[in-house]
Amino acid sequence: MVVTTGWYLALGAALFSMGAVGLLVRRNPLVMFMCVELMLNAVNLTFVSLGAELADLGGQLSVFFVLVVAAAEVVVGLAVIVAIMRRRPGATVDDLSVLGG
Amino acid sequence: MVDLIWLVPALPLAGFIVLIFAGRRIGEPGAGWLATGVMGGSFLATLGVFIDMAGRSSHDRRAVVTLFEWIPAGDLSVDIGFLVDPLSITMCLFITGVGALIHLYSVGYMHGDDGFARFFAYLNLFTFAMLMLVLGDSLLLTFLGWEGVGACSYLLISFWFTEPANATAGKKAFVTNRIGDWGFMVAMFATFFTFGSLDYVDVLDASTAGTVAQGTATLIAVMLLVGAVGKSAQFPLYLWLPDAMAGPTPVSALIHAATMVTSGVYLLTRMNPLIADSAGWVPDLVAWLGVGTALFAATIAMAQTDIKKVLAYSTVSQLGYMFLAVGSGAYVAAVFHMVTHAFFKALLFLGSGSVIHGMDGDQDMRHYGGLRRFMPVTTGTFVVGWLAIAGVPPFSGFWSKDEILAFAWNRSPVLWALGLLTAVLTAFYMTRLIALTFAGEGRYAEQRPGEDDAEAATRRADHTPHESPRTMTAPLVVLAVLAVVAGFVQLPFSSSTGWLEHWLEPSLYANEVHLGTGGATQVLLAAIAVVGGLVGIGVAVAVYMKGRIPREPFEQPILADAWRIDRSVAAFMGGPGRRGFEAANRFDGQVVDGAVYGIAGLVRRLAGVLRMFHNGMVRTYATGIGLGAAALLAWFLTRSTL
Repeated sequence: MVVTTGWYLALGAALFSMGAVGLLVRRNPLVMFMCVELMLNAVNLTFVSLGAELADLGGQLSVFFVLVVAAAEVVVGLAVIVAIMRRRPGATVDDLSVLGG
Repeated sequence: MVDLIWLVPALPLAGFIVLIFAGRRIGEPGAGWLATGVMGGSFLATLGVFIDMAGRSSHDRRAVVTLFEWIPAGDLSVDIGFLVDPLSITMCLFITGVGALIHLYSVGYMHGDDGFARFFAYLNLFTFAMLMLVLGDSLLLTFLGWEGVGACSYLLISFWFTEPANATAGKKAFVTNRIGDWGFMVAMFATFFTFGSLDYVDVLDASTAGTVAQGTATLIAVMLLVGAVGKSAQFPLYLWLPDAMAGPTPVSALIHAATMVTSGVYLLTRMNPLIADSAGWVPDLVAWLGVGTALFAATIAMAQTDIKKVLAYSTVSQLGYMFLAVGSGAYVAAVFHMVTHAFFKALLFLGSGSVIHGMDGDQDMRHYGGLRRFMPVTTGTFVVGWLAIAGVPPFSGFWSKDEILAFAWNRSPVLWALGLLTAVLTAFYMTRLIALTFAGEGRYAEQRPGEDDAEAATRRADHTPHESPRTMTAPLVVLAVLAVVAGFVQLPFSSSTGWLEHWLEPSLYANEVHLGTGGATQVLLAAIAVVGGLVGIGVAVAVYMKGRIPREPFEQPILADAWRIDRSVAAFMGGPGRRGFEAANRFDGQVVDGAVYGIAGLVRRLAGVLRMFHNGMVRTYATGIGLGAAALLAWFLTRSTL
């Protein structure tokens, strides 16, 4: 059985959907954060698959940008989440809507 | 010496700066002596410049001393510079001279006041502004001084600001003067538009050369007249001056008699070539306005009971004389009367201050009487001032008033007749003041009408009036001497005794009217004026000292009420005027502000709708993003032709 590009794209779509659904249904900030990472990596997988399929370096190049942005996001996002969890253990993102002002 | 002219305004400015920062630390009486000292220095500097100028030939007696460029703005360039000429030096001499005496007087008068140092700081600032007004080499610099003296006048009228009436009087003076300032500003705009410069030298030389259209000159002259009417308290803008008496008496003497109120006359004299270039009715307007104000104010002064109010209306009246002189083309006579008036009116005001001081702040002449026994120096000097203002020869007021009347006759006999009537009334009300204050028996201990407390009169009897300290009487004596001799600077006997006229010649650009030396008419006019003055004195003596004529016919209630003009203005402004302002306010509030607030409210409501989406629920946003992405995808898939 040959693993074609279609398989990779299907895996990416599945991962992305899992991430998206997780983001919508879960209320724990940390879990939602992981869901976002899942979606980002699903898109990365799609990029490299199509880059290889079309022999276009642009695909791989885009992945680096996404990785850099994701790394930066992790730094800030995790710090915020840890800070919130220290102050209000067990808080959900819905509880945090008070930050909206 | 002329280059040192900057010292003249700089010294009072330095005094002000020191006093405003360190006045409290210097305290009493040091602050007063410091202020008096800088005024003395300023006077000496003026004297030096005067001696230098007096030695020069007439075409050489004008110098512009420029310090630095103040406003470089395109075509407009205004320097900080001084126009040193006979007119400005004459003004400076009596401003600094009389000013120094009044500063000295204030050391005694303000003794024990909480705001002692503040008072002298303001006085010095005022003198600085006044000197900038007269020395400035351009209309704008004069305007700077013009506003400066207005601000100081406000500060000093409301000096005892804890009393609401004083604060209101200050505001009234300021607001009334704004109308005049408007005229001054329009005149400046028109001048710059026409001449491309605000410097006196440029404007006056161009005007003398005859390059100005008559209509333009008329506009500028009339607008300057509006400014002068406001500052010099002429009809109908005189209303602020009687109220300005709320300030301490030295302020009334310095600002509201000797110096600031004459700045309107100064301005018109300074700009005399423009008046000469304007339409013929402009000088007539000035003359009639002046004589009308003079007569009008004199009638009011007849029935006042507050000693300072009498002098205030008297000042309005005498300023009217100066306007009459300007309108008659007698600029020398105007300046002459300005100088003599500065001496005798400052003397009278300071004398009244001494009386008020001796009477513990009581200003009502009905409570005075017999003060000659308690205050000999004040009485003696006051009598000199009285003779001077009543026009008794050879006191200074006689010479200057007579000169004005002679020119008025030359212009129109009616002007002369009204001026003469004013002179008679002046002699009358001043004699009344003397009679009520110094003559007769003391009434200070009498029971007063409407006074319930019988003890009050007895308490007052224990506290007899007293003569004022040396610092107050010394300036009175000096001013009394000046009020006697000041008339000799311009004697009408021959052209060689008119020293003031020769001295002022370079400032007047030959616009001074010259009377034919028909001596007989002038002597006759002078004789009539003297007789008129004596009649006024005689009637007042008969009424107030001998009691042969009842006093009621002379003290009409309508005169005591100042012809009800103040009251009518107040009633109009309080009634229809106020409704008008309120309507304007409503228009502003509902239409102008309404449009602004309406737009703001609309945006706010719209934003309120949008705010509902921004509820802080992260998952709602995520759902929105997801649905949006799905919708976009659907749109691309159905529409695109991929």
